[in-house]
Amino acid sequence: MYRFTPQDVKLLEHQCAQLRRDVVNMVHKAGSGHPGGSLSAAEMITALYFHVMNIDPENPKDPNRDRFILSKGHCCPVYYAALAHREYFDVKELDTLRQYKSILQGHPDMNITPGVDMTAGSLGNGLSIGVGMALSARLHQQDYYTYVMMGDGEIQEGMVWEAAMAAAHHRLDNLVAMVDVNGIQINGWVNDIMRVEPLADKWRAFGWNVVECDGHDMRSVLVAFHKARAKRGAPTVILAATVKGKGVSYMEDNNLWHGQAPNDAQTEEAIREINQAEEGL
Amino acid sequence: MGTLATRMAFGKRLMELGAENPDFVVCSADTKACGIEHFGEKYPGREFTFGIAEQDLMGGAVGLASCGNKVFVATFAVFATMRACEQVRTFICHTGLDVTVVGTHTGLQVGCDGATHAAVEDVGIMRSLPNMTIIQPSDSISAYSLADAALAFHGPLYVRLHRNPVPDIHTPDFRFEIGKVYTLRDYGTDCAIIGSGILCAKAVQAADQLNAEGIHVRVLEVPTLKPLNKAPILQAARECGAVVTVEDHNIYNGLGSAVAEVLAEEEPTPMKRIGIQDRFGESTNDVEDLYREHHMTVQDIVQAVKAQMARKAK
Repeated sequence: MYRFTPQDVKLLEHQCAQLRRDVVNMVHKAGSGHPGGSLSAAEMITALYFHVMNIDPENPKDPNRDRFILSKGHCCPVYYAALAHREYFDVKELDTLRQYKSILQGHPDMNITPGVDMTAGSLGNGLSIGVGMALSARLHQQDYYTYVMMGDGEIQEGMVWEAAMAAAHHRLDNLVAMVDVNGIQINGWVNDIMRVEPLADKWRAFGWNVVECDGHDMRSVLVAFHKARAKRGAPTVILAATVKGKGVSYMEDNNLWHGQAPNDAQTEEAIREINQAEEGL
Repeated sequence: MGTLATRMAFGKRLMELGAENPDFVVCSADTKACGIEHFGEKYPGREFTFGIAEQDLMGGAVGLASCGNKVFVATFAVFATMRACEQVRTFICHTGLDVTVVGTHTGLQVGCDGATHAAVEDVGIMRSLPNMTIIQPSDSISAYSLADAALAFHGPLYVRLHRNPVPDIHTPDFRFEIGKVYTLRDYGTDCAIIGSGILCAKAVQAADQLNAEGIHVRVLEVPTLKPLNKAPILQAARECGAVVTVEDHNIYNGLGSAVAEVLAEEEPTPMKRIGIQDRFGESTNDVEDLYREHHMTVQDIVQAVKAQMARKAK
């Protein structure tokens, strides 16, 4: 689980490119959705679902499985794509994102989508729920990990810091938080709207083990998860430096693509760019 | 007067139930709500405190419940239903997880603590949430038995409890059943008094007094406010032709509103809602001061019955 070979990294990078293509196509087909934060989270989601997490898609409710909460629930396209390729459900379902009666709701729903461990979408809630899951593991002497992914805009929610206090208080070393630090929220730059820096100092002050990584370098992401799982006596937060809209040049660092669907031509251009980048791997 | 407030009777029973039922846990947020903040002393590892942080409290409970634990969350109703309202709505009600939210210090009966701590609107808020079941005892005996019913229940549940001791109106053999409507008095069909919660004692007193005066009423207790068991309410309205509701909650969106909705749609009947007059609570050493102000005394119930009987005669 912790070890990885250059071949692993290559396979994960190809898988990640596939998730990027899926995100663009899904949001295009749906006519709405959130491509920017899905693309910035792609490497982390890929690493989790195709390498790090102890999961069995054949047995999605296994009590001993690792848990994942996409607290920034609007970025579900990349999450759904990962679940589909791990065969929690048919990849054809990806075409139904956000449609009436689809198993892929606009935000994750644990009762509808196979593989989704927790409903999400209202920002700021995931870390508290992750604390509860981690406490349950300890209560029942189970060794699963709980992973919670947040956005950097999301951590403006006060509840995140209530949970940060609780996780450190209870020394939940079976809890791993991730912050997708893409620097952008819907109306602009995070640090213009409500400054969240200095991130590492804040989390350290709350009693967390802080691991920083390049969120678009698969090796760096895998090493970060390795460090997080190895830590004892405190929860770990991975601060992943990312680019919103990563992999699609016209979406990168542009808050307009937080929650907007590409048109036909834009979709074609995005797929071309993602393919080109993949050929260079 | 019962010796225990409903909140303490409920907590006492839950403490007892912990022994034979190893599969539930308790979450609290540093309040003296119902006595279960000592649960962890008796059952180590099964109580989780989240400090003074109600949103995190509710989120933590959700995480525990999602891993298969039955969870009781207890704090003051104002915080459970408002500070953490969205967590209850989206992560307990929408997910349907097995969390019992225990809200204490409800109605004007909070007394000295005043407006900030007196939940006058909690039922209205919880009643608006899909999937939520709402129950409320009327005395220490029913609160004690209610704990068993809550433990056996699966899914989102709101338990409404009260701060101070009230007179016991039930006998020790009383068994709380979710959904059941109880007939507390059945003197006749001049009017139906429908109560929920601790003011059922006043409803019974009013019925006894009216009976002595030659007016014969039926008194129903509706401990389950949602889903509402409509049949006995409609039957009482049909047979009595006049209804008075009684509760220690705002007249908006509580029992009175629930009964009015059902009667308006299915059995239009003259009725009057006795309850808090759409105002906040305030400090007092004697809650009867507030009940007088809000026209929630035994005499107010008696007068309301007579007024509704006069309306049906027309």
